[in-house]
Amino acid sequence: MEKQEYPAKPETVYFFGTCLMDAIYPDAGLAAIRLLRREGLSVLFPQGQSCCGQPAYNAGFAGEARAVARKQLEEFPKPYPIVVPSGSCAGMMKHHYPELFAGTPEEDAARAFSDRVYELFEFLVRVLDVRLEDRGEPVTITWHSSCHALREMGVVPYAKTLIGQLKNVSLVALERETECCGFGGTFAVKQPALSAAMVADKVADISRTGASKVVAGDCGCLMNITGAMAHSGVRIAGQHLAEFLWERTHGS
Amino acid sequence: MEAEKTFDFENNIEKALRDDRLRKNLRNAMDILVEKRRSVFPDREHLERLRAAGNAIKRRALKQLPCLLEQLEANCTKNGIQVHWAEDTAEANGIVLDILRRHDAKEVVKGKSMVSEEMHLNHFLQTHGIDALETDLGEFIIQLNHETPSHIIVPAIHKNRDEVAAIFQEKIPDTPYTENVEELTAIARRVLRERFARAKVGLSGVNFAIAETGTLLLVENEGNGRMCTTVPEVHVAVMGLEKVLEKLSDVPPLLRLLTGSATGQLITTYVNMITSPRRQGEKDGPREVHLILLDNGRSHILSDPEFRQTLLCIRCGTCLNHCPVYVRIGGHAYGHVYPGPIGKILTPQMEGLRRAGVLATASSLCGACAEVCPVQIPIPALIRRLRRESYDTGDGATVADAGYRSNLAETLIWKGWELANTVPALNRLGTRLAGAVGDKMPNRGPLKAWTRVRTAPKFAAKSLHDRVGKEGVKNE
Ligand code: SF4
Repeated sequence: MEKQEYPAKPETVYFFGTCLMDAIYPDAGLAAIRLLRREGLSVLFPQGQSCCGQPAYNAGFAGEARAVARKQLEEFPKPYPIVVPSGSCAGMMKHHYPELFAGTPEEDAARAFSDRVYELFEFLVRVLDVRLEDRGEPVTITWHSSCHALREMGVVPYAKTLIGQLKNVSLVALERETECCGFGGTFAVKQPALSAAMVADKVADISRTGASKVVAGDCGCLMNITGAMAHSGVRIAGQHLAEFLWERTHGS
Repeated sequence: MEAEKTFDFENNIEKALRDDRLRKNLRNAMDILVEKRRSVFPDREHLERLRAAGNAIKRRALKQLPCLLEQLEANCTKNGIQVHWAEDTAEANGIVLDILRRHDAKEVVKGKSMVSEEMHLNHFLQTHGIDALETDLGEFIIQLNHETPSHIIVPAIHKNRDEVAAIFQEKIPDTPYTENVEELTAIARRVLRERFARAKVGLSGVNFAIAETGTLLLVENEGNGRMCTTVPEVHVAVMGLEKVLEKLSDVPPLLRLLTGSATGQLITTYVNMITSPRRQGEKDGPREVHLILLDNGRSHILSDPEFRQTLLCIRCGTCLNHCPVYVRIGGHAYGHVYPGPIGKILTPQMEGLRRAGVLATASSLCGACAEVCPVQIPIPALIRRLRRESYDTGDGATVADAGYRSNLAETLIWKGWELANTVPALNRLGTRLAGAVGDKMPNRGPLKAWTRVRTAPKFAAKSLHDRVGKEGVKNE
């Protein structure tokens, strides 16, 4: 991974809400926007935005992925940073758009777009240098790293930095923190047995921590893990870190 | 191959997942291998530099592969090694058989070689009345039990000690049951020594072949490789084309990467460098050394600039050790010689997508393999490319059976998805409809696969698109 460079604190940022957050976890999306606005930023949410294109890209449908990605290139035209509350979608937009558009007329535009993409927690720490004040009750949580936040974006340390700023939160690490939860987009439905085995092990690992909540930075993993916990009667809550941070730090 | 004709990946996966002992053996073994590797590469930056060097060396070799192979042939020949070219496995098998017949050999002792597995050599020789004995301990165990390797480095890794003890007791005459590792090793040694002494021909693989000097390099830990290549009168080495390196100075970084990644060792117990048969005045070593260079689809893989990266592989096996899929199903479930992440990219290219393309579906694209691969093969990117070629013959497809999975239903689904994500009005309609049904979607198709072990996703009544306006968030 090349060394990422960070801009000075901007006045305005774009927010890319991701398709899963849009349809299933809008509260987490709002929380992320609030975290950014609290730092004095003006946040823009282009209404024409949709999905980063990763589902089709990973399934082998590059043409369809490109069409959807092109739509995002059009929707975020100004030179503002694009903040993405998902390591996986950010990885797609930052690292795969340039290859997806290589040799097409949009190649340069895609590259310029990718340069402006930041994952939310990375942005909060590296660009905004946020300091959080915990107002919540003592709680024990565990953290799940998405594979793309971990390996493509390398942003997991920032999520942990933010959790570390919350004085009443104790974080218990998973035994196999770097192992995939088995989501993998269409993998979960193309290889259901494998995916099931992986998520079952992840749930067992989470249960062993004794935490009352598992926090993650990616809605895909969250949907997979909380769905499996609910199905097997494990009573541990799951939440996107943006929502968790907002809940614990906003004055009520 | 028989086994491959009836390859039922789904069934293999389900069966492996139900096998608790297999899963436990694999998890324990992989944990140890992962930990050992970590301990020999403690400095991340150093490792990254080394991986970059490994990648550069192998890339340089692939770039001039035809030249290097010719140079290797010339230098080997000069040194007295006889070089043979085989376009496919049948030809390679034929060459081995010829050599054996010329020496009137009824048996051959073998060091560990994945290329010989690729050739299904043992089975081939058996049909010609020749007995091939595996002498690597792991290979010896599974051969006794009529199994194939489940891992490219540690072939019997799916077995635990009790299972090995039972196999020895049952398959080796006059052997008492013992779980003592030293006793088990002694039993194997007793059987193997006799055969080393009597075999006329030994066969081995090759880890690296150095064009500059005409040297074959072979790493191992048990000494059986050295026995196979020095005791019998004749040594036959088989290697895939991609194993050639330009010069001797390319070896140290790659050797460090290979042994560190494979077994977490700084160096293996034996590093054999073979440059000629026995010379005049020397007291030991084979009288004849043969090198068989196997193509078997490799030059076709080489012709595609992206897929070519598959040939960077030095067969260290660490992608298997780190793979969340491999650790749960083991090597046999993949139904082909090369399992795990490397198998997922190599096998479909060698066998065609129709026979092996399904392997590419068994990945969450988590990237654990690419993160550790000592020569930086972008395995997830190549899996993605294979998936693309499975549906699509356009965009410069080069793998056999491209487009074999193409079907109207999936095409329509993705076309619909494209529309929903490029036409904002449709997008809003979609999320609103989903919001209206909440979690009351009909439980069919992909959702059915999903809800096998999970509750259905619950769509929010109002999407983020709908809610940002109330927060005073502007559109642009
Ligand atoms: S693909 Fe990489 S990690 Fe896997 S066996 Fe080959 S060299 Fe090793």
